[in-house]
Amino acid sequence: MLKYVAKRLLMAVFILWAVATIAFALTFLSGDPATLMIGDHWTSEQIASFREAMGYDRPLLVQYGDFLAGLPQGDFGVSVRQQIPVMDLILQRFPATLELTAAALFLIVFISIPIGVLSAVKRNSLADRVAMSGALFAQSVPTFWLGIMLILVFGVWLRWLPVSGRGTFLHLLLPAITLATFSTARIARLVRSSMLDVLGQDYIRTARAKGLPNWRIYYVHALRNALIPVITLLGLEIGGLLGGALITETVFAWPGIGRLTLQAIQARDLPLVQGVITFGALVFVLVNLVVDLSYSFIDPRIRHE
Amino acid sequence: MNDLRRRLVRSPVALVSVSILGLMLLLALFAPWVSPVDPGAIDIRTRLTPPSWMDGGSSDHVLGTDNVGRDVLSRIIHGARVSLFVGVATVLLGGIFGSVLGLIAGYFRGWVETVIMRLVDIQLAFPSILLAVAIMALVGPSMMNVVIVLSIATWAPFCRVARGQTLQVCNQEYITAAEALGLRDWTIMWRHVVPNIINPLIVVASFALATNIINEASLSFLGVGVPPSTPTWGGMLGEGRNYLRIAWWVSTLPGIALMLSVYSVNMLGDWLRDVYDPRIGD
Repeated sequence: MLKYVAKRLLMAVFILWAVATIAFALTFLSGDPATLMIGDHWTSEQIASFREAMGYDRPLLVQYGDFLAGLPQGDFGVSVRQQIPVMDLILQRFPATLELTAAALFLIVFISIPIGVLSAVKRNSLADRVAMSGALFAQSVPTFWLGIMLILVFGVWLRWLPVSGRGTFLHLLLPAITLATFSTARIARLVRSSMLDVLGQDYIRTARAKGLPNWRIYYVHALRNALIPVITLLGLEIGGLLGGALITETVFAWPGIGRLTLQAIQARDLPLVQGVITFGALVFVLVNLVVDLSYSFIDPRIRHE
Repeated sequence: MNDLRRRLVRSPVALVSVSILGLMLLLALFAPWVSPVDPGAIDIRTRLTPPSWMDGGSSDHVLGTDNVGRDVLSRIIHGARVSLFVGVATVLLGGIFGSVLGLIAGYFRGWVETVIMRLVDIQLAFPSILLAVAIMALVGPSMMNVVIVLSIATWAPFCRVARGQTLQVCNQEYITAAEALGLRDWTIMWRHVVPNIINPLIVVASFALATNIINEASLSFLGVGVPPSTPTWGGMLGEGRNYLRIAWWVSTLPGIALMLSVYSVNMLGDWLRDVYDPRIGD
């Protein structure tokens, strides 16, 4: 087990290094980062002094070394536009994204699992068919369009809910639904197929033969075993949620990391772009590390020798 | 192939999705001839005209006009070109690249496999839309850049599935037999492995197509995709969003076209998966 944890940790560090390197390389993708950031309206002397101030005149390897050395301390440099350390900006916005993502995860788990279980138990019934076509449909609705439609219906026409900003529980409702819809549909479909696999197993027949009530068979014996692939996908969905937050936060003017990212990209604030990309990968890698390590607790049959 | 056609005719769901996609494809191909007016024609006097069935609507613009008086229907028809072209091109590029790498990883094993699969891990450890937006903002909006960036975001799942399938196929006796006969590696891969791993890859391709149609629209919506001079569904949605309170149709209608296309592709993908592997479908 210890060896497995060590191996997974090493892998996580390797992936983070690779992502950080890609983020670093992005800076130089367009040629001269100084010109890219402050535009063509400046004189060449001004650009040169900016280049020197940012350290872009140093050898590439030295810059790369400095960049990597700063990572363990969370030092991504200073935002060019706002003149605030990148990490401070990220930490300022992180709670908003955490709140939105947590609300979306809550919706995903508490809607998709009951629907998936019901569909599997009542396989091929009308309810199953409606639920599964609905799920496929929900998977086909683009996030930003769903957000706009919710704003149109609940904000503009009915005037029931606020459509932008953060604050009360009501502010959270529409963005959370928007962010959760795609993953909810995807997970409901996976719960159904995973449950169907498990319901065919011998130990379910044993449970039935013992005369256990149905709800106990479905929710205690079957669901627990069906959850392993679901939890894996949930971990991977975190990455999707981070990407989805970019769009959802833009549509609802939600002051989180996603909106910060888009603003950084539009303002060509390269240190900030590098920072949010690496930070996003860090969150994703950590979540998936926890997910991998949790398998043996959920299913004692899985022991990493 | 004949079997596939026979099953297609029998399945109403698949038939409907193929029809919708066929219609979209025809509209895209013949856009300059079927769209009522020039999609770029600006007419400030008729700006924000509602669709023809509403009060104030006009039969000149069946689906209304946008904030500078451009015809929404013509722009939706032309938008189909970008969505389908980018979708198909990225799935072909990314799909072939990923599948070939997966095939190589699964066939040769060893350090080649380790390197390729670590690359897949890195790619998957990354919200692809985030990377796509970042790269697009740096390299500038163009159709070519969108295709390249989304192809990069597409290859990893193909690689993973191709490797898994290749590993299974290589355990079969006919591969051992082919090796014993002294066939070259490339001949075995091309003639004996590829035909046996292609079906699951087609299923992956259908879902990747749906994802990339959405991703292209997302990039255009955020203003970092195809240049605004070309009509795209995502771009129309992004522009129309600012007029939501007074002109709902500008961003609602292109979204319906987008959703219908993606839904059809997803339904087709689902159906294909059931046909190729009835086990997974259950």
